[in-house]
Amino acid sequence: MNTTLKTLAVAGAVAAAMTAATTHSASAQAKEKCYGVAMAGQNDCAAGAGTTCAGTSKVDYQGNSWKLVDEGTCTSMELPAMMDGTARAGSLEPLARDVPA
Amino acid sequence: MRVSETEFRAALLDADQPVPTGLHDSAARPAGCRFDVYRNNVAASLTDALHEGFPAISSLLGKTNMDGVAGLFLRAHPPRTPRLMLYGAAFPDFLAGLEQLAHLGYLADVARLELALRHAYHAADATPITPERLGQTAPETLLTARLTLAPALRLLRAPWPIHDIWRYALEPGAPQPRTEPQDMLITRPDFDPAPHLLPPGGAAWIATLQAGQSWSAAEDAARTEAPDFDLTPVLTLLLQGGAITDLIPER
Repeated sequence: MNTTLKTLAVAGAVAAAMTAATTHSASAQAKEKCYGVAMAGQNDCAAGAGTTCAGTSKVDYQGNSWKLVDEGTCTSMELPAMMDGTARAGSLEPLARDVPA
Repeated sequence: MRVSETEFRAALLDADQPVPTGLHDSAARPAGCRFDVYRNNVAASLTDALHEGFPAISSLLGKTNMDGVAGLFLRAHPPRTPRLMLYGAAFPDFLAGLEQLAHLGYLADVARLELALRHAYHAADATPITPERLGQTAPETLLTARLTLAPALRLLRAPWPIHDIWRYALEPGAPQPRTEPQDMLITRPDFDPAPHLLPPGGAAWIATLQAGQSWSAAEDAARTEAPDFDLTPVLTLLLQGGAITDLIPER
């Protein structure tokens, strides 16, 4: 393949890929760690799936376990109230509530 | 009397060996069957780790067979480091060498894919270049440039449809594997590795750049393998996956 054709092919591919990649990153959501929202056994782990602490939370909405959620949704997502009627909310920091003994 | 490490290790991995003599707790009571409990825990936890680390192999072989293969593997290849997350690096080659599984030629390559996903997960972070940077560079300059790729990037080439088999093993209702060789790219855009099937020529393009050659050489290599090679989907995967970390123009 001669250089002119190659240059044209590369220019075309770069333009198309750039458009596709930029569209994608605009729609892709950044993630944040959210404490106190994961169901029992469904928490994520900093050290990796399967090998360490992922899926080790014992109770629903465990306060010191986190899950990756879309950025900005952690503290606003709706959670059921606690047994005594206190409202639950997710947090960007570990919580003291719903921690198994 | 003290137990040598060699003796302890040998007994740990072979349940037919007697409990090493001279093993005592702090009250000088002999270890007895407590050593058997420990011995069993070592084998069981490594077996679990292999099931977790190679879910597709586990699904393809079935639990009983996988337990058996894991038992053979963990005794032939006990962990070399205390980090369980790295355990199983020798598993693909081990599978390839097992006569009983020789009829499932694809197993080793599917295991390599699962290992590559795990290694991509634990690889170092890197800041990708912006797609605009490619757009702002003249195509003539790009052709003579070299690319640096992210540490999490993994490239796999196999004579089997590894992508299809891997999906078929893990995803309920996935289509039957096609009969074709398949190349795969693993990128890690955020926290999780993303496996992708590469179009023909794509792996040659990436491998040439990985080897430190120019973009132009990569184009030639790709077209040698696939005359109608189209770079767009490959470059899109790399950009979306944050897999290009630097663009080095020719000096």
